[in-house]
Amino acid sequence: MPDGIPSPIFCPPLHPAYMAAFVVRRVFWTIPVILLVILLTFGMMRAIKGNPFRNTERNIPASIQKNLERKFHLDKPWYVQYALYVKGVFTYDLGPSMLQRNQTVNDIINEHFPVSVQLGVFAMIFAVVIGVPLGILAALRQNSLFDYLAMAFSNIGFAIPSFLTSTLFLYFFALKLGKYTGFPTFGWSGWRSWILPSIALGLGPMTYFARLVRGTMLETLQQDYIRTAKAKGLRWRRVVGVHVLRNSLIPAVTAAGPLLGYIITGSFIIETIFAIPGIGKYYVTSVSSRDYSVTMGITVLLSILIIIANLVVDILYGVLDPRTRDQRA
Amino acid sequence: MALLEVRDLQTHFFTREGVVRAVDGVSFSVETGKTLGIVGESGCGKSVTALSIMGLIPQPPARIVNGTIVFDGRDLTKLSNRQLEDVRGRQIAMIFQDPMTSLNPTLTIGTQLTETIRRHLGLARDEARRRAVELLEEVHIPNARQRLDDYPHRFSGGMRQRVMIAIALSCNPRLLIADEPTTALDVTVQAGILDLLDELRAEHEMAMILITHDMGVIAEATDDVAVMYAGQIVEHAPVEEVFYRPEHPYTEALLGALPQLEDEGVRERRLTAIPGRPPDLIDPPQACRFAPRCPHAGLGDTCTTEPPELREIRPGHWVRSAHPASERSPQTQEVGAT
Repeated sequence: MPDGIPSPIFCPPLHPAYMAAFVVRRVFWTIPVILLVILLTFGMMRAIKGNPFRNTERNIPASIQKNLERKFHLDKPWYVQYALYVKGVFTYDLGPSMLQRNQTVNDIINEHFPVSVQLGVFAMIFAVVIGVPLGILAALRQNSLFDYLAMAFSNIGFAIPSFLTSTLFLYFFALKLGKYTGFPTFGWSGWRSWILPSIALGLGPMTYFARLVRGTMLETLQQDYIRTAKAKGLRWRRVVGVHVLRNSLIPAVTAAGPLLGYIITGSFIIETIFAIPGIGKYYVTSVSSRDYSVTMGITVLLSILIIIANLVVDILYGVLDPRTRDQRA
Repeated sequence: MALLEVRDLQTHFFTREGVVRAVDGVSFSVETGKTLGIVGESGCGKSVTALSIMGLIPQPPARIVNGTIVFDGRDLTKLSNRQLEDVRGRQIAMIFQDPMTSLNPTLTIGTQLTETIRRHLGLARDEARRRAVELLEEVHIPNARQRLDDYPHRFSGGMRQRVMIAIALSCNPRLLIADEPTTALDVTVQAGILDLLDELRAEHEMAMILITHDMGVIAEATDDVAVMYAGQIVEHAPVEEVFYRPEHPYTEALLGALPQLEDEGVRERRLTAIPGRPPDLIDPPQACRFAPRCPHAGLGDTCTTEPPELREIRPGHWVRSAHPASERSPQTQEVGAT
């Protein structure tokens, strides 16, 4: 603002001070959400009964059982366990794994989570970089051959589950055409091994973006303010690039948050099929073997991730659509 | 030579159900410093006429199939899209009916003003901003400098229409087309907008086309009036002529449907509605298009079998009817004669 401190009424709400206040407030609100997530996971894990130390065929003597339970605080009341756990989360000490004796949850996360993050990021990049332009071009050439092909492809891509596409990808591109493509059939080392799993995981979100962007774009093109932009004599490139795009990307940004959840759960499947050493395998096995600390640790980690993603989406949303800023102020 | 000369304009919509003759042979001209009012009910083709001048009809399905639109010596129907982009906003500007949806909600009004200025006048950012502030002041928006950075949702409907007017005037156009500029606004705000338009038309030495369905707006703000019905102009005359000596039965009926204060003793009857509906423009009758609703068209009349031509019944007063008021027998003549 050239005129010094803006008055509260006329202040552009993107002003850094307002943005900062908004972000601080949102970050503050994530704390009770995380506590609730921990409590719910905690409660649900306990509700499935079972015990990490009773699932072996060998009978463990009662005294050892007692000792183990004491070591992991399982003999304490649930609220004490909960309090101890919450303390652990905020000091980033997620405790030892109850079954992998020599590993802490921190170790497992540090070793395997980066691989999962990489896979997820690549998939998301693929989804956005291909999906959004596909939707834009299809909308700008509505009812053309390109539009029909793009939408047919998107509908098919959206309908086929990822375990099927990844199996087909493996069979054709890694096994049959492996000597031309050089794609390995398993593992996560080097860019060649990243391509197939990332595409397999990103295909669903990609088609989702394409269809969403096409739809909102067509809707935006019909808006009165687009007619105004044309009536002003703006070049078509500016009409599309500034007036249409900005308004049609808002729903896509909104969708990106929930799609992250899809990517995370989807990655467990993809990691299994492509034998990728990500965190998914540990997560799934920890649940069935009641490895409480691992399940809890990964759940809390993923929920924090999703909370952060939603925070970013909210901020972006405010940047793209000024109307939402006033409602929060 | 008038600034804008529309000759025999035909804009048709090619739909699956058939060809809709939305504008079917419309001619008029507008001179600098004058305001032409185009009046008619919904669907009579007044907005399509305006959009045809702007080159903004949706193509497909619509197409200008015939006629010329000569603006300042150039036929706009012959221009390419890029050439039209240079005319729009620069030479001919337009404001629309609904100010609530006509501004982009995600851009500040400053951006929406300066992008037009910079596009056509090539001003630098600062200079364009200065000009934008001047324009907002000119349309009487208080605190213009601060409000430049506000988004449209923080403005009321009347204020948004003022912003639209500021945008339209930003490059000193020579013709301003206002399509129902007050229809979506509060009655109390309407008069203010009309006054503003009139004031600015004079100041900027523009010609104006004011499209409305409101005879009150016509009376207040125009010099000449074209009454449209079913894609055609049925009466075209100076505004006083239209109000005091209407010739076409449709114009008479429009005036008869206008509410007036009973205290004035003008009419103490109910408002008269026009029976029937406008004809289907896919296959309009080969006759006077108003004949089915016309109180003066008798059975076997020539106007039910052949379309009447637009003729000059008095100097400057054109009418398309076989039964204009001044050619009727006296006893049927009282309807619109106020």
